[in-house]
Amino acid sequence: MSTITGHSELDAEPSGDSASTGRRGDRIFSGLATGSGIFIIVLVVAVAVFLLSQAIPALLDNKANFLLDRVWEVNDSELRFGIPDLLYVTVVSSLVAMIIAVPIAILVALFLTQYAPARLAAPFGYLVDLLAAVPSIVYGLWGFFVFREYVEPVQNWLADYFGWTKLLEEPVSLGTVFLASIVLAIMILPIVTAISREVFAQTPSTHKEAALALGATRWEMIRTAVIPFGTPGVISAAMLGLGRALGETIAVTIIVSTNPGAFRFSLFSGGETFASKIANNAGELGSSTKAGAYIAAGLVLFILTFLVNAAARIIIERRKAFSE
Amino acid sequence: MSALTQDTLSPAPASPIDKPSAGRAIKDKLATVAVWTAFGIAIIPLVWILYTVVDRGANLLFDPHWWTNSQRGIVARVAGGGAYHAIIGTLLQAAVTAIIAVPIAVFTAIYLVEYGRGKLARTVSFMVDILTGIPSIVAALFIYAVWVTTFGLERVGFAVCLALVLLMIPVVVRSTEEMLKLVPNELREASYALGVPKWKTIFKIVLPTSFSGIVTGVLLGLARIMGETAPLLILGPYSKSINTDLFGGFMAALPTMINQDRVESYDPALNRVWAAALTLIVLVMVLNIAGRVIARRSKVSR
Repeated sequence: MSTITGHSELDAEPSGDSASTGRRGDRIFSGLATGSGIFIIVLVVAVAVFLLSQAIPALLDNKANFLLDRVWEVNDSELRFGIPDLLYVTVVSSLVAMIIAVPIAILVALFLTQYAPARLAAPFGYLVDLLAAVPSIVYGLWGFFVFREYVEPVQNWLADYFGWTKLLEEPVSLGTVFLASIVLAIMILPIVTAISREVFAQTPSTHKEAALALGATRWEMIRTAVIPFGTPGVISAAMLGLGRALGETIAVTIIVSTNPGAFRFSLFSGGETFASKIANNAGELGSSTKAGAYIAAGLVLFILTFLVNAAARIIIERRKAFSE
Repeated sequence: MSALTQDTLSPAPASPIDKPSAGRAIKDKLATVAVWTAFGIAIIPLVWILYTVVDRGANLLFDPHWWTNSQRGIVARVAGGGAYHAIIGTLLQAAVTAIIAVPIAVFTAIYLVEYGRGKLARTVSFMVDILTGIPSIVAALFIYAVWVTTFGLERVGFAVCLALVLLMIPVVVRSTEEMLKLVPNELREASYALGVPKWKTIFKIVLPTSFSGIVTGVLLGLARIMGETAPLLILGPYSKSINTDLFGGFMAALPTMINQDRVESYDPALNRVWAAALTLIVLVMVLNIAGRVIARRSKVSR
């Protein structure tokens, strides 16, 4: 999974630039390569442009305040839609997933790099990676049909003791945001683990040996050498996991019941994220007026994940500057 | 960092061979227990999910009809039929996606490693990262906005492929890039020294050396896109019949087959849901494992 660590700058000193002689083959080949690179830029810009161009008419027709009004009534004659509820469920479910997944991922990464017997580290790591190979729809099925009944007692217990907080009011829905968060946590665990593992493994052995030579126990060595070295990498890994959780569609769509009644802040109620709102209403995209509203929701999701991913990228770039 | 080191050093040991104090030893043991436990917690869902899917879905996979028949004319109450229509749809869409995405991705990686310098290369690299993070539903909405709204075309299998291309490109770019960087510069220099032009060096020396790594990236990319559901929801409505025409009619795929019947209350339909899930997992895992096995036999490695 080293593909998402932002190892994209050219580490090695370029060579052979002068080998390009301007022969026809060279010109065609470098043209193809550069063209593909430019195509990628055009593609991302096109995503933003097309989403914007189709969201703007709907946003102008919108009778409600897009950012503040908590309604979603779209039909062919009138558009009234706002995103606060979607934004709340999207962000809260992803944040809870991150809070659950990141500590476990850090411990697993430490296990794989510092504790696991050398011969078993690779196969163990592979097992964790396999979690990423399970399709998200299967996570959704398992979460709703199997895992739910094991989470329900936990939810009830939490609601009994902490139900006075708005966040943990007693459950009313079958599939709750809380359940989705746990499943999302399992889904992002391999991503966060893979990147954390990579940065932990890069800890200079001189740092580790110095700590050990000063009499540190293994844990103290990890706390003083490995974790400080890996922190920026872990933060960006967490952000990438967050980005993934924000955009997850089908698992959330399957698990979380759409809210029948009034909106509640509780983790133990249903709701819809940007992605599941769009997925639940995929049939309504046929009408171009209605489609605009959903595309506007998709645009907000795009901006949200863009910001999170860009932040992750910036953090990891900074780390490279220090570590190399 | 200096604060941390000081903290652990302050109870300076009387002699270098002293054992750590009881408190420190206990903390060390606790940490060991914690990391082992965390690993256990991480593995439980994997085992549990695989067990569930095999337990509930395996029986249908041993029925030869599963691999040869479609669901045409079969209703939720009735057992029978197969997943051939969905399997063929998933494989076909994956293949076409790969045919489009792999050349673009490999050339982009070649650009980033062999040609790209300065601002443009940094921008391309940044955009690949952004593409990595694009949620599949946003990719699907984009293709919808282009294919259906702008060009007024029907929702067909090929539109799904285009959305999947967006999701596959960054995976293949990043893995290919890693592999190309691992090719020793000496190989390139030797080739240049012999007067071989740059493009031929890349084509005949660099790419073959990193070939298995590129194949691994492609297989992992395929594994990712075959399980994607969101683009199918938006662009590829389900059909119970076999359709191999990417440009006409609705085309089934395994994720939509699962999604279609998951809300049914009849057992035969739910059985098929789990069997389809198992089929999908098997396909994805085979690709995934094949990718890793090939990666092991790579000519270049860290």
